[in-house]
Amino acid sequence: MSEVCVGRREDIPDGGACILEVDNLEIGVIHHEGQFYAYRNLCPHQGGPACEGVRMAAVVDDVDAQNLFQGQKFNSSEMHIVCPWHGYEYRLSDGVNVCDARLRLKKFEVTERDGHLYVTI
Amino acid sequence: MTIAERQVTTVRDLTTEPFDTSVHLAHAQQQADARGYEDFLIVDVDSHHYENEASEEIAEYVPNEVLRNEILYQGISRKGISTGFGQYQDLGGRLIRYPKRKSEVVPPTPHRDVTLMRRWMDAMGTDIACMFPTPLLNLGLSPRVDLEVELAFGYNRWLCERVLSGDPRLKSMLYLPFNDPEACTKIIEEFGEKPGVIGFMVTSTRYRGVYDNAYVRTYKMLEERNLPLGFHTGLGGQEPGLSTCNRFLTLHALGFAWHNMLHLSNWVINGLPERFPKLKVMWIEAGLAWLPFLMQRLDNEYMMRHSDAPLLKKKPSEYMRDMYYTSQPMEMVDNAKALELTFEMINAETQLLYSSDYPHWDMDLPSVIYDLPFLGETAKRNILGGNAARVFNLEPVFSPRKLERRELKRRLSA
Repeated sequence: MSEVCVGRREDIPDGGACILEVDNLEIGVIHHEGQFYAYRNLCPHQGGPACEGVRMAAVVDDVDAQNLFQGQKFNSSEMHIVCPWHGYEYRLSDGVNVCDARLRLKKFEVTERDGHLYVTI
Repeated sequence: MTIAERQVTTVRDLTTEPFDTSVHLAHAQQQADARGYEDFLIVDVDSHHYENEASEEIAEYVPNEVLRNEILYQGISRKGISTGFGQYQDLGGRLIRYPKRKSEVVPPTPHRDVTLMRRWMDAMGTDIACMFPTPLLNLGLSPRVDLEVELAFGYNRWLCERVLSGDPRLKSMLYLPFNDPEACTKIIEEFGEKPGVIGFMVTSTRYRGVYDNAYVRTYKMLEERNLPLGFHTGLGGQEPGLSTCNRFLTLHALGFAWHNMLHLSNWVINGLPERFPKLKVMWIEAGLAWLPFLMQRLDNEYMMRHSDAPLLKKKPSEYMRDMYYTSQPMEMVDNAKALELTFEMINAETQLLYSSDYPHWDMDLPSVIYDLPFLGETAKRNILGGNAARVFNLEPVFSPRKLERRELKRRLSA
């Protein structure tokens, strides 16, 4: 196990992301609402750069207590990483694909010390 | 636990990084290198460009002054949330190449479309690509037949002069204005021998039966010239039944298969394969899952209703096995056995042609074919390029990058 220094937390603005390359391993570090997440930048679908796309909230169909459809809404409490090649979506919190839980992005731990961010590989 | 520090070799700030196709597809290039694509030809039989971004250029090639003025005023397509029939394939901004494409920087020459085509082709390891338009794929639905004819001539002239002439790796099956059969024959006469023209294409979303006697001359001309005829399918959400699809997913899953199923069924049952036995017919962008269904369905009904198809000398599925199919979007989720059976049923080793559909939302990389566990190396290479080279009689032109890699390999092994 080893650790890489990503830089200072202010290097990645909230809502932003960067791609690190460490020994041919690409890691996406994402800053969302004060939290940092790191995933391997590789979509298990066709090998797309999963972390290079946008993050979007989950879309939900709003069906009320009478089973009536009331429209679609964003669920901002569940953010998704969207692979920019084909739109495969993964939960930002754990990297699990939202359509098939057998697919997931490889997750790395992010820690903060002395104002610097470190990813454990 | 011992924690050693490792060095970050590069950092890319996605917040400020401009869009570039080569970067977007860097992983595709890694796949190409890892699989040794430099050792064989890859032909992409269905890719796209956005001709609407060159509307003003194309307008110069439209002789009719009224239509030319309309194109200059409003372009070739209009998009917006009120656009009907589920036109939101770019997933609300999730697929970044859609909104960012226009900002991609290219040199002043060659033509922008040539540069963009080369960038994605080089990344994927593709040597030759057949390019099709994007918004014009819906032109067959316009009630303005004169507009379809004018734009077909204008677009085809523009494409030949400004784009295909810029690189021998770029090809096209040119647009046939199928609502005017006489104009189709004129198009074949004018463009059939132009450099880069490898066949002709009918957009499948339209309302003319392919068996109409009005098309006999078109089919005969193509057969005599050994030029394949492709049917490129589309959404077709204006169909009364399909117009109930309120989600793009449903409309795309059904519509793209439906329109080619419709024309293929009419083609076979009306005996056109017997009447034009040497005409190569290709079905484009409908994926593959519909083929076993249609083969079984038509064979079963044919056995009970010979009088509906008296020209046939064999079962419909056998004619279907003589036709050609492009591979994308290949249905690959959790169905390896079904996919393998489909390949067997259509004689994929000789009849299937790889296509990416790039840059559209459901594009397939060459690895979707190359990594199939049930295909041997020869079958993979046939599907990825050999079949297209044979069907279109292509002179192999390899990407400069692949030639360099091949030379490097040769020197290293010497």
